[in-house]
Amino acid sequence: MPRRNDLKSVLVVGSGPIVIGQAAEFDYSGTQACRVLKAEGLRVILVNSNPATIMTDPEIADATYVEPITAEMVEKIIAKERPDALLPTLGGQTALNTAVALHDSGVLAKYNVELIGANVEAIQSGEDRETFKGIVERIGGESARSRICHTLQECLDAAEELNYPVVVRPSFTMGGSGSGFAHDEKELRRIAGQGLALSPVTEVLLEESILGWKEYELELMRDGNDNVVVVCSIENFDPMGVHTGDSITVAPAMTLTDREYQHMRDLGIAVIREVGVDTGGCNIQFAVHPGTGRIIVIEMNPRVSRSSALASKATGFPIAKIAAKLAVGYTLDEIPNDITAETPASFEPSLDYVVVKVPRFAFEKFPGADPALTTTMKSVGEAMAIGRSFPEALQKAMRSVEKNGVGLTWAGEPGDAAELLQAVRTPGELRLRRIQQALRAGASVTELHEATGIDPWFLDQMLLLEETARDLAQGRLDTRRLRGAKRLGFSDAQIGEITGKTEEVVRELRYALGIHPVYLTVDTCAAEFAAKTPYLYSSYDEETEVPPGERPKVIILGSGPNRIGQGVEFDYSCVHAAFALSEAGYETVMVNCNPETVSTDYDTSDRLYFEPLTLEDVLEVVRAERATGELVGVVVQLGGQTPLGLARGLKEAGVPIVGTSPEAIDLAEDRGEFGKVLADAGLPAPKHGTAHSFAGAREVAAEIGYPVMVRPSYVLGGRGMEIVYDERMLADYIERNAEVSPDYPVLIDRFLDDAIEIDVDAIYDGTDLYLGGIMEHIEEAGIHSGDSACALPAVTLGKEDFERIRYSTEAIARGTGVRGLLNVQYALASGVLYVLEANPRASRTAPFVSKATAVPLAKAAARVMLGASVRELRAEGLLPAEGDGGTLPMDAPVSVKEAVLPFNRFIDRQGEGVDTVLGPEMRSTGEVMGLDADFGAAYAKSQLAAYGSLPTSGSVFVSVANRDKRNLVFPVKRLADLGFEILATEGTAGVLRRHGVAARVVRKHSEGPGPAGEPTIVQLIHRGDVDLIVNTPFGSAGQSGPRLDGYEIRTAAVVRAVPSVTTVQGLAAAVQGIEALVRGDIGVRSLQEHAAALRGEAG
Amino acid sequence: MTPQAPTGGSVPAVLVLEDGRAFHGRSFGAQGETLGEIVFNTGMTGYQETLTDPSYHRQIVVMTAPHIGNTGVNDDDPESGRIWVSGYVVREPARISSNWRSQRTLEEELVRQNVVGIALDGTRALTRHLRDRGAMRAAISTVETDPERLRERVLASPQMAGADLAGEVTTTEPYTVRPPEGVPTRFRVAAVDLGIKAMTPQRLAERGCEVTVLPAGAGAEEILGLRPDGVFFSNGPGDPATADAPVAAMRAVLESRTPLFGICFGNQILGRALELGTFKLPFGHRGVNQPVQDVHTGRVYITSHNHGFAVDAPTGGPFETPFGRAEVSHVDLNDGVVEGLRLLDRPAFSVQYHPEAAAGPHDAAEHFDAFCDLMAASTDPSSSSGRPAEPAQS
Repeated sequence: MPRRNDLKSVLVVGSGPIVIGQAAEFDYSGTQACRVLKAEGLRVILVNSNPATIMTDPEIADATYVEPITAEMVEKIIAKERPDALLPTLGGQTALNTAVALHDSGVLAKYNVELIGANVEAIQSGEDRETFKGIVERIGGESARSRICHTLQECLDAAEELNYPVVVRPSFTMGGSGSGFAHDEKELRRIAGQGLALSPVTEVLLEESILGWKEYELELMRDGNDNVVVVCSIENFDPMGVHTGDSITVAPAMTLTDREYQHMRDLGIAVIREVGVDTGGCNIQFAVHPGTGRIIVIEMNPRVSRSSALASKATGFPIAKIAAKLAVGYTLDEIPNDITAETPASFEPSLDYVVVKVPRFAFEKFPGADPALTTTMKSVGEAMAIGRSFPEALQKAMRSVEKNGVGLTWAGEPGDAAELLQAVRTPGELRLRRIQQALRAGASVTELHEATGIDPWFLDQMLLLEETARDLAQGRLDTRRLRGAKRLGFSDAQIGEITGKTEEVVRELRYALGIHPVYLTVDTCAAEFAAKTPYLYSSYDEETEVPPGERPKVIILGSGPNRIGQGVEFDYSCVHAAFALSEAGYETVMVNCNPETVSTDYDTSDRLYFEPLTLEDVLEVVRAERATGELVGVVVQLGGQTPLGLARGLKEAGVPIVGTSPEAIDLAEDRGEFGKVLADAGLPAPKHGTAHSFAGAREVAAEIGYPVMVRPSYVLGGRGMEIVYDERMLADYIERNAEVSPDYPVLIDRFLDDAIEIDVDAIYDGTDLYLGGIMEHIEEAGIHSGDSACALPAVTLGKEDFERIRYSTEAIARGTGVRGLLNVQYALASGVLYVLEANPRASRTAPFVSKATAVPLAKAAARVMLGASVRELRAEGLLPAEGDGGTLPMDAPVSVKEAVLPFNRFIDRQGEGVDTVLGPEMRSTGEVMGLDADFGAAYAKSQLAAYGSLPTSGSVFVSVANRDKRNLVFPVKRLADLGFEILATEGTAGVLRRHGVAARVVRKHSEGPGPAGEPTIVQLIHRGDVDLIVNTPFGSAGQSGPRLDGYEIRTAAVVRAVPSVTTVQGLAAAVQGIEALVRGDIGVRSLQEHAAALRGEAG
Repeated sequence: MTPQAPTGGSVPAVLVLEDGRAFHGRSFGAQGETLGEIVFNTGMTGYQETLTDPSYHRQIVVMTAPHIGNTGVNDDDPESGRIWVSGYVVREPARISSNWRSQRTLEEELVRQNVVGIALDGTRALTRHLRDRGAMRAAISTVETDPERLRERVLASPQMAGADLAGEVTTTEPYTVRPPEGVPTRFRVAAVDLGIKAMTPQRLAERGCEVTVLPAGAGAEEILGLRPDGVFFSNGPGDPATADAPVAAMRAVLESRTPLFGICFGNQILGRALELGTFKLPFGHRGVNQPVQDVHTGRVYITSHNHGFAVDAPTGGPFETPFGRAEVSHVDLNDGVVEGLRLLDRPAFSVQYHPEAAAGPHDAAEHFDAFCDLMAASTDPSSSSGRPAEPAQS
């Protein structure tokens, strides 16, 4: 059936900030959906609080609401926009839950909004475990034996019946949040207790253990004519027990016979029909007993998911795009397969390659957290690789994940086989590497299978790698050996490790022997039909398929797997460059390996290379592109540290880098050189120095004066950065960061207490500066800018400050030789504007600034990098004709960016939470934006979007460090005036009382309950008697030191999801937000309206 | 897990196409030399079913999925008593088998059945070559290493067009497949074995059919002499244009108004019986992901295919045949090829694809129900024997 013509407008709900379990994949799927719906002539209304997304670009939808995704706010949007339909299946669990809430509260009925792509019954039967079990039974499938429980006692009784270990799964949480294995009663009490609290319906499912079974996923699509196709099968390398988001996964399934696969497919199709997914995609997970083949249907997600994004990239079948088309009435056979152009979407992709996905973790950011992998997802990103064999794809994927100490290596000694065999029993980030080391050390496939449960076939493929390495080590590096290793994915660097050569020597040898990869096409059909879309991957295979170029080409290097400090906001800039340069007449070539992103969508660029971002892999892409046309240059400035790190190597290999030169990049990174630039321009910087040893560091620190900020050089996201208050702490720091050496110096900066931190994004063309935006941080300097909330326009700075910032930024841009984007961080302390650092690249704030000021900064920057001037871009209309982000009117609407932190995902080995205190090391996974007429309302929205709420009544617990007590009085007084009950610890309560604020004293955690059973603050939090927590840390920030009271309070707040403020500045902002909420006049405005208003005011 | 088998690994092998393109690789399976028409199969599962499908007789099969043999070989999954492919081309043969049902490795099985294969990197390049230039004759050899000399032998080998191969793959003696225990016998079916796959009689038997499988040479008298409730014509290798005897037998069955069902080669035979032409496709359909649409309901079935020839029939609507009106019931959405025929005035229909799957999806299994419905309608005294067929519209 053709498209429904009764639908004129659709509200698409996004997924909000990037969090663990709900990441950039929803930007990819949401963007696809919006574009499809718009192309169908529908008015598209979008709500998503995440500004760092392509989908929230004003041109993607007709009306874009960067507003909190809560039922209340979405209702306001519905009331204003009156859409005909709401599409909830492309925004993850957030969108689905919001849709159900709007349905349950009668909002959809009231405004006559039709839910498309899913119906409430299907959502509930997919999500409700007991209902789903019934469905599986009805279609003749099997579920794991289980019991539904609503109380802890029910859980304990059920576990007796099912036998330990049992799996605990809370209902209606995303990414498996709160689930885990309980091996005994103690663990069950903890996991089930948390699970019951996390579940919005206070419900958990206890299940028989299927630990160690083989795990599979199918991605299915169904249309309105009941046609169902299986887009992709995925096999988990890690057996059951590790969340699929944390597993290494492989597509297609590798170890099923046709009979077994078809049985699984039949079950999947029966489930999607029985659940009643009207149209669209769903993901179904299965466990298969390795010894009997018994299949258990684990769960299904009646929506587009992380796995479906992976499946889309793995097959070339765009699930989200097609889901959107199905939702408005098309059937699969009516939708063409974009890649072949001639065949329809009603088919099942056939792969003539192997896809491997590897998760990327960030345990190093959460030192106290338990690094064992469980059924709760903990990874923050993933890389995908494509090869013509599993070993080739695995090796490429491990390279793509781009993390030292994790990948396969033949350097050094492997270690003891018996110890390694013991270590691999616990799934963790290093398991694959340990398996490989165990094979090096002589462990057998059988032993490893026994220890890990991983299918012997996979282990044998790893053994093949090991055998190949041994052969390499044994003889001359001739064509046979080199080619043999390359076809299994060995990198030049690994071959060098094995043969005792440098990577460069191996590469030269390889070039001399003429051994290069070819590029093959992801074509959905195993070459049965010709592909029209150049979506390419490398393999040491027979014949290359790179089409001839038609226009001058620009290669854009992406940012690789998402990680803390380098997330979707860098992908945003890369995508914008692709769009802008394509429009400007270039052929755009994207290189990236992150399946969750818009940049790796086959229609974002003219050509897509799904490849690791290493020098070796990028040089080969350059070679292939040069063989088929003119290469203008490579863009390295937009994808964060990953491409920036390749700039020098590329330049040395004779590859032109467009925009800021590698020399200028180095200049900005080099403290000494950069110091000269500042000195020449007369710009102050905090005192600083560089040290290569503890002795040196002690000397530098003494000269500068404590407190100091210490960090390793060349880092992103503040990795390893700490504020150090005395020599003892400095010694401790150096000890923990043992890498400090002449090659890896440590940087030491004066730490500015009580400074206002300012972030600036600008574009410089060599002559003119375009000041993109000036952001004022809400938290003081010392909190990593990525974790700090900020406001644009700056809320406390004056005209004179703006002029100083403009002058300084221009001087830095000129002095370093920037061509393109520049990010500068300043600290304003006692009237002095200090330059903290400058980064001649796209920053993570570029998308936020673009949205807040309605100017496409990344697009303009890409053009400048290829030679356009700011003046030309102003004339062209890409930049405003006059004015810039530094000349916004003082009464312009305020945008607030707030960071979203993943603390609720991590527990330590004792099963308790990790500390939530902010520090100079970035730990947030994502961000939200609140936009409103004034700061208070904008801040309130940012809190709503990030954490769900700010209270408007109830009780506030206050406990702050001595240094903060003075600044505490006014905001707390205001809260008391607003009717909040104030709870405080003894010391803080005394200070408040002296200022006329009545505060009830509560017991500290360390004091324990009182003689009459008076509860401690931690107990009160767990009882749900506290609505807001204000707790600033004592002593140094960002460290997991002794178990101080503050730690217990903050972790309890995370577990109970109570809003928690850890800085005085944050409290002041929160009070303004609460005032705005109490006033109740918070409305909604679209980015398009915002842009019109800014243009109106500017003109 | 089966212990690691010695792989052909180090023995060089060469594949030569009739147009002269050569691929070098390593021996996989038996060593020696083999000739055949080279075709590619895009299925990602089911190598064991593919190897034992008689329709692949005299064909060298290229698997586009790179890893083959991972689940080993068992005695339950073969579609016939032996491997029929004349040669096998893969990229990454498994070194070990890993599946709870595996009994031996694929390579052991290929050696045991003396099937010559080759492992080579360029299976995709080879597939693209065949897609662009069409299926052609080829040879694999571990004994003749000179591609030019091997090519001379390829050029001297017979073409697939014009080949009459059913006689080479069919059963020599009739045999009967009975419904499984607990399933009452509802119908008796005579199945003409032109290269039948084991799953087909099994699918019928599951539905209460007692299936007597007859050799390809069975004439009308022999078929109808069984007084069957329905007659089935199977899949099989070769050029349908040569299948004069089965066409004659089918005409007699149509004449008798006995319900009739055909699959694959059987569909082509029905086409010829209706005086439609058949033709050779450039590179055929071989895989388990082909979208076939029922022209009446619009429903799409993901189906298993293995055919190099197709029926030439008008797709615009009913057309006249010597047996009354007929229509094209199904088409392939990828290329518009006729995938099913149905008589409107007699109880007969056929499909070009494989509802028995094995390997492949079970989407179209309902055709077996439709055949049973036809037999039920025609044995039901209250129904007239000329009742139009209503297959595949459950």
